[in-house]
Amino acid sequence: MDVISTEPELRGLMLAGLNGDAVAHRALLEKLSAQLRGYFKGQLNRINRGPVEAEDLVQEVLIAVHTRRQTYDQSQPLTPWIYAIARYKFLDYLRRTKTSAKDLPIDDVEEMSGHDDRGQVESSVDLKRLMTALSPKARQAIQFVKVEGLSVSEAAARSGMSESAVKVSIHRGLKALSALISKEKRL
Amino acid sequence: MKTEQLIDLLSTNVEPVKTGQFRKTLAFAIIAGAGAAFCIMLATVGLRPDLATTSHIPFLAVKLAFTITLIALGTLLLSKLVRPGQARRGLFTALLLPFLVIAIAAGVVLASDTPMAWGRMIFGMNWAMCLLCIPLFAVVPLVALTWFLRKGAPTELRRTGAIAGLVAGALGATAYAFHCPDDSIPFIAIWYGAMVAMCGLVGAMLGPKLLRW
Repeated sequence: MDVISTEPELRGLMLAGLNGDAVAHRALLEKLSAQLRGYFKGQLNRINRGPVEAEDLVQEVLIAVHTRRQTYDQSQPLTPWIYAIARYKFLDYLRRTKTSAKDLPIDDVEEMSGHDDRGQVESSVDLKRLMTALSPKARQAIQFVKVEGLSVSEAAARSGMSESAVKVSIHRGLKALSALISKEKRL
Repeated sequence: MKTEQLIDLLSTNVEPVKTGQFRKTLAFAIIAGAGAAFCIMLATVGLRPDLATTSHIPFLAVKLAFTITLIALGTLLLSKLVRPGQARRGLFTALLLPFLVIAIAAGVVLASDTPMAWGRMIFGMNWAMCLLCIPLFAVVPLVALTWFLRKGAPTELRRTGAIAGLVAGALGATAYAFHCPDDSIPFIAIWYGAMVAMCGLVGAMLGPKLLRW
């Protein structure tokens, strides 16, 4: 796969996902995870880190792509947006693990979609344990809507929160999860 | 955790999302920051009593032209820096132009007068007040811009922080211009220029801490 062939497809999925199409959103995240895995494995290989760290980064970027979707400018191509996020999370990883970025060659967008990787590695984080670190509201909202698949209004009725409170709790909870994932990796 | 589990989580019940809300949020942050800076100016040092006197108006205009150009260019840059992967070549260079223009103007003014008069033109009546007030008035605008940027996803934190600091400094300088009793181009070039640049430097130092996500 290369940029030219994946860009229109990924962009189409992204736009559909922004309109609330869950199937397209899932397809986008699946395709991205394969591309990102290839990209991060390649990058981490140079500093002697393994596939678990790569999986952590893949997951961090997927959460960022999801929770920061509103920062995508629909008039622009998608690939530079994704790449900027992936690169940001990678540099952030290097900073917090105190790895020097000096020796890393500067790479371009092509490299990200150069290799697809559908490996079956688990990240270092345990979702159930992470969930316990969330606020009760966020945990409940994510449990109902994202894990059990209830609609927002059902979750609101069951938890006694307003619908907008459920949405806000989910959004905050997912961002908190992302922060927890990067914190776990420092250990 | 398997990545598939995470994807399940993220793609269950996907809410539609509106993009392009940033312009309004940014405009709000700028206006709120400017309003707060102006009010703090009124509450502390107050308006210059002879503000509307004809001979002062051109200097107020120069001060405002300098700061508002910086605010406009910086705001445009921030609207791009808040989104990952946006092209903004040339805009950073454009930000140097207001500094360059005012420095050249100051050079011309100084050169056309005797060195005897330089001290008065450079230090004016109240350079220390300028030094104190611009950063003070820039605090609320910087808080407002940080609030705005944290809603987005800036990927170049140091740079984004620097531009946010610069715009906050320019907003602080805009408020100070309504008090500033000094009518001299070299004064504006040196003290306004230095304090706005310093706010940019502070922003660059704070950026990686405040804007990380």
